[in-house]
Amino acid sequence: MGIHRGHKARPLEWVAEKFIFLVSLSAIAMVMLIFLFVAREALPVFFGQANTALLQHTIPPDDVDKHTPAELQAYLELTPKQFAQMDKETIKTLMEVKVEAQNEIPENFRNDPDAHINTTEWKYLLHSHQWTGYSKPEHIWQPVGQIKKFNIIPLFVGTLKTTLIGLLFAVPLAVGAAIYVSQLARPRVRETVKPVIEMLSGIPSVVTGVFALIVMASALQKIFGYETRLNAFVAGIALGFAVIPVIFSIAEDALTSVPRAYTQGALALGASRWQTAWQIVLPAALPGVFAATVLGFGRAIGETMIVLMVCSASVMSWSIFDSARSITTTIAAEMAEAVNGGPHYRILFMLGALLFAATFISNMLGDFVIHRFKNKLEGKR
Amino acid sequence: MNTVTPGQYLAESTSDTARITRSFRAEKFDFWSFFFSGLTGLATLFIIGILAVILGNIILNGWNGISWHFVSTIPKKDFFDPATTGVLPMIVGTAFRVIVMTIFVIPVGVITAIYLTEYASNTSIITRIIRAAVNNLAGVPSIVFGLFGLGFFINFVGKNMDTMLHNSTAVWGQPALLWASLTLAVMTLPVVIVATEESLKAIPPGLREASLALGATKLETILKIVLPQALPGIMTGGILAVSRAAGEVAPILFTGVAYYMASLPSHVTDQFMDLGYHVFVLSTQSPNIDQTRPVLYATVLVLLMLTFALNIVAILIRARVRKKLRAMH
Repeated sequence: MGIHRGHKARPLEWVAEKFIFLVSLSAIAMVMLIFLFVAREALPVFFGQANTALLQHTIPPDDVDKHTPAELQAYLELTPKQFAQMDKETIKTLMEVKVEAQNEIPENFRNDPDAHINTTEWKYLLHSHQWTGYSKPEHIWQPVGQIKKFNIIPLFVGTLKTTLIGLLFAVPLAVGAAIYVSQLARPRVRETVKPVIEMLSGIPSVVTGVFALIVMASALQKIFGYETRLNAFVAGIALGFAVIPVIFSIAEDALTSVPRAYTQGALALGASRWQTAWQIVLPAALPGVFAATVLGFGRAIGETMIVLMVCSASVMSWSIFDSARSITTTIAAEMAEAVNGGPHYRILFMLGALLFAATFISNMLGDFVIHRFKNKLEGKR
Repeated sequence: MNTVTPGQYLAESTSDTARITRSFRAEKFDFWSFFFSGLTGLATLFIIGILAVILGNIILNGWNGISWHFVSTIPKKDFFDPATTGVLPMIVGTAFRVIVMTIFVIPVGVITAIYLTEYASNTSIITRIIRAAVNNLAGVPSIVFGLFGLGFFINFVGKNMDTMLHNSTAVWGQPALLWASLTLAVMTLPVVIVATEESLKAIPPGLREASLALGATKLETILKIVLPQALPGIMTGGILAVSRAAGEVAPILFTGVAYYMASLPSHVTDQFMDLGYHVFVLSTQSPNIDQTRPVLYATVLVLLMLTFALNIVAILIRARVRKKLRAMH
């Protein structure tokens, strides 16, 4: 009897190991599925297959034999499977419905040049356009009405405004607190303060939203005296509340992981505790603090409920005291009314895919920087 | 004059040393150091202040609204009226979805953590990819999880299930509690993995080695030695996941939450009412804001008690696990 190895010696052990391995792949599978399925719903927009032009060329139902099945299928916006299941009569009825729908368009839109525009083309998604009734080219997000306008620039501006305000508010506070807790505070203070700050992350974002909506909006308006009560500034500060614990715990971790020899060396040479923290420890931990900011950015850009509750009008304005509508807010507010599979639905999914890509990149960057930082401190290459 | 008595010498030299010490101390007091240290201390205080103000505001305003009647009543369609409203269906809905989520997320999360700490080599590419995926999953915006739930669970899995089961009406291919729970399970997977991994690492390697040396197989060691020791950490992970999921609204917006339902959810294909979503509805859709405010605050307090109590328990357990980890090194 020789020595058996691998799956022959202990079949159960072998099966269990493979099973555990397979289950552990689920995290990878989930990330891939998220990307796949969010992007899948958005694909027609990326490839310019969606058409939202109000006035469209129609095919009379009697001409059904003059066109190839592929043309008819594209014209009726059906999937190949749906199309294959239909007989000629159903197709004819659908074509009649289409012609009737075109006939029902109000007269004043017939002469409107905008009615011929497919608003889901990239040109109209990104660049300003002078719509009928406007005096100059403008960026407009207005997904309701006869002519739906899907310019995503106002949403980008809104997201940027709230996110930057949130970070400008949160980063100094969180990094300052991290320096204090990790370098200056006595151990007993540290042990109590750290969990308390981490508790802030346990407050659900709807609760922060309610607080910002009712208490903070009025208080800040009294202090700064601006006109619109609910604006990007209030939303940004409230976002800051949500981001502070993220930045704090990563920055604190980075500052603590700086070797004690650095601190002790500086103190022995006569530097004060603050000088040590500011000139020795912080520069050494700078990559970690940077990563904390990047990850905080990822968190802020993806936060939904706070901005949704505090401000939601989509206006194109760089002023922080105007209302703003972020990408997340738009998805949350409009998905319910978007027709499943329609152009609005597709564009919302496209925004989701862009958001996913943005946070994916910021996460990767943050993790990469932290990894290198830790390896460097440990003397690995 | 040049001769100095030993006594004089001693006196002079001590006073000299004293002067040096004093000047050394004087140099050490640096105004800017003091100023900036104070500034960081203030930043810390300010953050704690924010927390205290938010909690204080909600507890003070919400306390009076909470009563047995409030938490045990199924409200009528007009749930903005403080006299007749209640939050029972929201509490049940939130609890239901969180429990279903836990059933899915704990096994997958714990097994992944076991693989990462007990089986995988830290340098292999697949381990690195798994870790990167876990970190990434933790950073995906919650609204994107909502889109994923709609695009994958409802429009793909659910619709295909309906076709396969030959349902004439949509049973699975529509927003439902199951899909909301699954979406949340995907979202909280990293929380469980990280917490479990932390507690597995805190177990001294000696325990495993002793078990293996006594002839136990690797699987037996994990099941009988490692996992029981890691139980507090797994619990922490579960509790943190539950508290995170209980407060999240964005992922369930399109995957199962209902504005109003007259009865409690009884099946996983039902839609449900939810505490967090209800807070959102009360604060933004109310016809009379001043009249609704007590209801809003009371609902927020219920939600906060649910998530916060869980969080504090998790933080306490985690602190103990970390202490153990530090004691080991």
